[in-house]
Amino acid sequence: MMCDICGKKKATVHLTEIVDEQMSEMHLCEECARQKSVQMEQQFGLADLLAGLADFGKPMSEAEKIDLQCRNCGMTYEDFRKFGRLGCSECYEAFKGQLATLLKKVHGSNQHLGKTPVRIPQVEKKRIEGLQELKNQLMEAIQMEDFEKAADLRDKIRDLEKKGKK
Amino acid sequence: MELSDFIHSTGQWLKGTGAHANIVMSSRIRLARNLATRPFPNKARKKELLDVLAAVQSVMTEIDYFKDSIFLKINELDNVDKQFLIERHLMSHEHAANPDGKALVVSKEEILSVMVNEEDHMRIQVMKSGLDLDETWKIADVIDDALSQKLDFAYSIHWGYLTACPTNTGTAMRGSVMLHLPALVMTKQINKVLNAISKLSFASRGFYGEGTQASGNFYQISNQVSMGHTEQDVIQNINGLISQIIEQEEQARQALLLQNKPVLEDKIFRSYGVLKNAHIISSQETVELLSMVRLGIDLDIIKDVDRNAINELFIMIQPAHLQKLEGKKLSASERDIKRASLIRQKIGG
Repeated sequence: MMCDICGKKKATVHLTEIVDEQMSEMHLCEECARQKSVQMEQQFGLADLLAGLADFGKPMSEAEKIDLQCRNCGMTYEDFRKFGRLGCSECYEAFKGQLATLLKKVHGSNQHLGKTPVRIPQVEKKRIEGLQELKNQLMEAIQMEDFEKAADLRDKIRDLEKKGKK
Repeated sequence: MELSDFIHSTGQWLKGTGAHANIVMSSRIRLARNLATRPFPNKARKKELLDVLAAVQSVMTEIDYFKDSIFLKINELDNVDKQFLIERHLMSHEHAANPDGKALVVSKEEILSVMVNEEDHMRIQVMKSGLDLDETWKIADVIDDALSQKLDFAYSIHWGYLTACPTNTGTAMRGSVMLHLPALVMTKQINKVLNAISKLSFASRGFYGEGTQASGNFYQISNQVSMGHTEQDVIQNINGLISQIIEQEEQARQALLLQNKPVLEDKIFRSYGVLKNAHIISSQETVELLSMVRLGIDLDIIKDVDRNAINELFIMIQPAHLQKLEGKKLSASERDIKRASLIRQKIGG
């Protein structure tokens, strides 16, 4: 029996596929079978499952969906939904709200409790320092009794912390 | 060290030593690590992949743990070599499929290996014989620290290590243990065990990798969740689960011996007999028979061959290994002949 795909080599792998209760058989040579198995992994990977889960976030308008794009690598949220893979570390910042929901669904928690790298990367340091700077300004504003400014700073900090924890 | 040297030995994880080596083949820790702000491999252009590759390679040359390692660029390997490395559990099919800008780093005894630019910039794997996740984790932890002293890893204080796929985010760690469970299979209890495992958010796959069915009665159990727990907690959870499965397998083995020892002995010795005498044998049949012989050694029924030799055969009888041993391409039927002769050479009287 020859391979159903290339027709050149002897079929040594026999594959039964069931799609919508329709059973089909394929007889493949080793090489074509290997390619087919890579294709199948890509088709039925975790990506689909993830994309489904990602939809559970708060519903977004079409305009919001288009706007959601990572400025660092250009990945759009739509692309992430389609392929289930993020484009770079900054995508986590760009899609923060959506990922917070998704991570919680996948892991049952969205708070990292594991180890810390020896060197915290600059981008993350800046985020942490930015928060610290605002906190310092808040203390200063309270001491100066500038309560309007303090309230404004408090809201900014809350906002940043909320984003970080999501 | 050259790639061609590998064929004459197998990894430390096949030695058949360490805790519970009668049931546990090996323990493995895998960490996913990315460089901050650089596009992940799926989003990167070739130039960007090569930049990451160069950065990782240059840092590794400065780290002692990688001193005796081999650095292989995947696009410089032929198909048999790629298959050979997959068969040795050193890299994935996905890594071999689009080889540009990818590399594999392997240490001398194959305890440490790193896939560069697979799904993430780095997939660090540490694998050891027997049940020893604690030690395996220690090694991975130290190597991870050495790398993160010199590279900016993608990391957030809230979400931990950032990975291409959100299912790995957090510790980005998978701990897995490869178990040989022939008695649970023979006593038809294995599905009960596997169901319980999946309910506890652990995954199970076969000996020959992701998406494969268990063959040779091997089951690889690993954690699914990577956020909300420390690495040590995850390892402790896996250890707890594994020790329960080990206990059940031990009980099933004793039950088989008690109920019908002659039947079991007959099955084991027939398997041994076929392996020692066959001149043509398929990989499927080989794996099933090797599993029985391994059980025979564990139960002290077979005494004249050691576990290491049998463990090695599970790897050596695969297509690319046979072709590397023979030094040329072999068709499926030629491989069945070569496989039988290799087995006779290793364990035949």
